[in-house]
Amino acid sequence: MKRFQIFDHAILIAGVLFMLIPVWITFASSTHRPETLLSDGLQFWIGDYFWETYTTVLFKGSGFTGQVNALLMLKNSMILGLGFSIGKIAISILAAYAIVYFRFPAGNFIFWMIFSSLLLPLEVRILPSYEVVSQLGMLNSYTGLILPLIASATATFFFRQFFKSVPDELLESARLDNAGPFRFLVDILWPLSTTMVAAIFIIMFVVGWNQYLWPILMTTDESYYTIVMGIKQILNELEGNNVPKYNEAMALAMMALLPPVLVVVIFQRWFVKGLVETEK
Amino acid sequence: MKRQQFQHPFLPYFLVVPQVLIISIFFVWPAAQAIYQSFVLEDAFGLGVQFVWFENYESIFNDRQYVVSATFTAIFSTLVAFFSMALALFLAVKADGILKGATSYKILLIWVYAVAPAVAGIVGTFLFTRNLGPLYNLLIASGWDFNPQVNVADAAFTVILVSVWKQVSVNFIYFLAGLQSIPTYVREAALIDCKSNVRRFWTIIFPLLAPTGFFVLVINITYAFFDTFGVIDTMTRGSPAGGTNTLVYKVYQDGFLGLDLGGSSAQSVILMILVLVLTMVQFRFIERKIHY
Repeated sequence: MKRFQIFDHAILIAGVLFMLIPVWITFASSTHRPETLLSDGLQFWIGDYFWETYTTVLFKGSGFTGQVNALLMLKNSMILGLGFSIGKIAISILAAYAIVYFRFPAGNFIFWMIFSSLLLPLEVRILPSYEVVSQLGMLNSYTGLILPLIASATATFFFRQFFKSVPDELLESARLDNAGPFRFLVDILWPLSTTMVAAIFIIMFVVGWNQYLWPILMTTDESYYTIVMGIKQILNELEGNNVPKYNEAMALAMMALLPPVLVVVIFQRWFVKGLVETEK
Repeated sequence: MKRQQFQHPFLPYFLVVPQVLIISIFFVWPAAQAIYQSFVLEDAFGLGVQFVWFENYESIFNDRQYVVSATFTAIFSTLVAFFSMALALFLAVKADGILKGATSYKILLIWVYAVAPAVAGIVGTFLFTRNLGPLYNLLIASGWDFNPQVNVADAAFTVILVSVWKQVSVNFIYFLAGLQSIPTYVREAALIDCKSNVRRFWTIIFPLLAPTGFFVLVINITYAFFDTFGVIDTMTRGSPAGGTNTLVYKVYQDGFLGLDLGGSSAQSVILMILVLVLTMVQFRFIERKIHY
């Protein structure tokens, strides 16, 4: 029996290494001089150029996008991630509450209209979406970046499922105590939903932070670049004629992946719960 | 629906207004535009618009590039879904059976979920860089005449590998949760009936995992279709010769880079129908599971 366990550990360790090694190589290489990388290839161990690479990328902005440095792009990504997740949760909770807890004439129609948006991901309707946003004059703005991404029913769907699983008796007793719809939402439903909200928040933050296509289309003004789309600029730079600064490119990739990864690792339990709950 | 509900003349409308507004402006309107544009031909300056019925659709299906792209998407999705699910299931079975350190393994395996497809694509690009990347050197050293700039199969290999890497963690989470929801008494009974680990897995555990597996399959197809955009765009941009163009990437290429509005919209509508079918399958499955 013991021998089998050792074998199982070996397989799991191999799986972990398969996941970790690509990112480790990226990090290790980002701490070397560009000349080293060009002559010796990517590196497997940490070098002595960490400080120089990262301060240059963070503050100097000499890198890929001209005037923009990674600090600004990180700020934009943070605004996108937080704006997207908070906006989506706020809007979805209210809509799901209305759909589950109220009987109103247009309710059914509104339900279907909201859930039809599950059918067509933004990737498939980018061109007309772009036109709408540009007609509204929202290109190169945080509103234009965030609102079209919020136009999807995923979170509403999760909250609807969750509210439906809340026992009816709660509402009955609340009504006996003369609690109105507003009190019921604030005093009873919200405290029950906090874990669910936290889980969805983590998932949505990661989704928002990781947006790539939409920010590329939306932003021509460099001051709105997010760090994930800044990657497109890395590529252009690497394909250009200058001596490619692989170390800076990799530092930027590390900074693009670290914040969402940290969020998922730190809030691992909620995050896993959120993912698994949404399956039901 | 709830047995007990509130009744109020305007409050529910007030609550749904934000969502309805955003969905109308940024979903219903663009989606309607896509359907409309798929039936018209616009000249380059947007001056003349002509209603052409299904002409855009006909030209798509007569376009050899579209057939290439559809074929690639089918192969790509199948391989990505198969390998990422197989690997994840294998790891989940091992992690489920382990006595010590299960939580550490879990964290070390799931963090990749948070890596953006575009960032995964960049990391992959580094690893496959000619002469510099360790994976490139490894493949060349093993005697493979690896050249993704020219050879479609090589380019497909790189995007599939990176897409699988990115997807294993999500599948792992679902499979592990599925395995852990199998009651202990079922496992114990199985242990008495069947001594062979392998046979016990395939005849008892695997069938019990089928609902989870089906759900994960739908997620993986959706992922391979839509979310891999970032991987393709950072690694191959559909090259060589459109050989690694997924259908979604082609919508972007034809619409944004090629400015073929009608064609791109018609492709959107075809994808929309595909997603509709997928969603219906998924909903049926969810309903079935609830009525168990």
